[in-house]
Amino acid sequence: MPTRLAVTGAAAVAHAMRQINPDVVAAYPITPQTPIVEYYAQFVADGLVDTVMVPVESEHSAMSAVVGSAAAGARTMTATAANGLALMFEVVYIAASMRLPIVMPIVNRALSGPINIHGDHSDAYSVRDAGWIQLFSENSQEAYDMTIIATKLAEREEVLTPAMVNLDGFITSHGVEGVDLLDDEVVRDFVGIWEPKYPLLDVDNPITHGPLDLFDYYFEHHRQQQEGLKNAYKALPEVFAEYEKISGRKYDFLDLYRMEDAEYVMIVLNSAASTAKYVVDELREQGIKAGLIKPWVFTPFPKKELLAALEGRKAIMVLDRAMSFGKEAPLYSLVKSALYEAKDRPMIGSYVYGLGGRDVTPAMLKVPFEDALKGDLDPNEERYLGLKE
Amino acid sequence: MPKYDSWKEMPIAGVIDKPATAREYNTGTWRIMRPIINKDACINCMQCWLYCPDMAINGRVKEDGKTEMLGFDYNYCKGCGTCAEICPVNAIEMKPETEFLK
Repeated sequence: MPTRLAVTGAAAVAHAMRQINPDVVAAYPITPQTPIVEYYAQFVADGLVDTVMVPVESEHSAMSAVVGSAAAGARTMTATAANGLALMFEVVYIAASMRLPIVMPIVNRALSGPINIHGDHSDAYSVRDAGWIQLFSENSQEAYDMTIIATKLAEREEVLTPAMVNLDGFITSHGVEGVDLLDDEVVRDFVGIWEPKYPLLDVDNPITHGPLDLFDYYFEHHRQQQEGLKNAYKALPEVFAEYEKISGRKYDFLDLYRMEDAEYVMIVLNSAASTAKYVVDELREQGIKAGLIKPWVFTPFPKKELLAALEGRKAIMVLDRAMSFGKEAPLYSLVKSALYEAKDRPMIGSYVYGLGGRDVTPAMLKVPFEDALKGDLDPNEERYLGLKE
Repeated sequence: MPKYDSWKEMPIAGVIDKPATAREYNTGTWRIMRPIINKDACINCMQCWLYCPDMAINGRVKEDGKTEMLGFDYNYCKGCGTCAEICPVNAIEMKPETEFLK
């Protein structure tokens, strides 16, 4: 019997981890990720999981311990946020290049500086080229589901790529809402037992992990990583379909909200999509054909799916909860690039919102729609929602 | 690591999937100076063998118990010149690799 709990997003993720029952969790607390590790440490202390919990002295050590553990052949997880991820940075790339299917929830928070502990996506974007799968979640339920999906996807032999599950700091991680938990056995059967291809602990078949890789094969190993992400792209619909079978919840590359006949389309990641859906409903009541796209998958980037969803629309407004200084905002530039091959190219505009946890209101999210309705979108102008101009 | 001609054939992740493959890996390609032995001058004292940091000096003990310097293993010699420096009779000359380009 599935259980419905009133819990925070952090607790929902910790429950997903409990049901996955990884062999090793190595983590260092950082706001707003801390409660995930706290809840999980409680599960370990209560004997509900078989996990070896490794409290380390920094995030650099956390990711290093996780790499060692996964290379040894253990199913391994960690979690972090913002500056913790920044401290991990070096080893984040190494984890991906070593093809270790580590799953890491990222509780999205603004990167310093100036120092700020609240939600934005500068942390997730900072590792967009690190070679990890990046899934995003609107609420606690999705964060729970994506953690289980990420495990299944990352460990597939043709994928073998680590995965991040992004959830918004405080808004999702600390907000309490209803979450439907699957039965423990259902999750356990779904993720199965990971059989690592090259476990270091297999002493009968000695192998080397992480050797020096110079001009002779580094290039080829990167090409293999690209293939892993391509395979993740191919595997995702299958994994989503399998997850739908056990949960009844349907996921895809893109969450398409009221998109059938939409002319004015907003694109936004994570929790702000809830507010945007509310705004879309309001606009629909006024007879405006508004719609919303929320990417569940950011890496591998669903370029083809976006092109198909956007072609022929009147206007696209892309919202980014981070800046790319001196360049176009990350999601915007990728959406713009996806539209290059569109035969019927819509108007397009870039909006930066909610930096450092700045509140995101329905009035704020109406502005891009109003601009679009006036025909006032400039593809080369970055606009700011809620900025003290 | 063994030789691979395509990224499709290689084990992923830089994993070396069997032991003792260093012998198949030629590290001498870094060398820009090549040691050349003058056997007429060499006194077979084996100091080059003793000092070589890469075990790239070939030698043997003959039946009469005396040592013999046989030459260099250019697969591993990185051209550091330690052997030429240490040689008490200046029997080793370091020559630029460009002289050996085909």
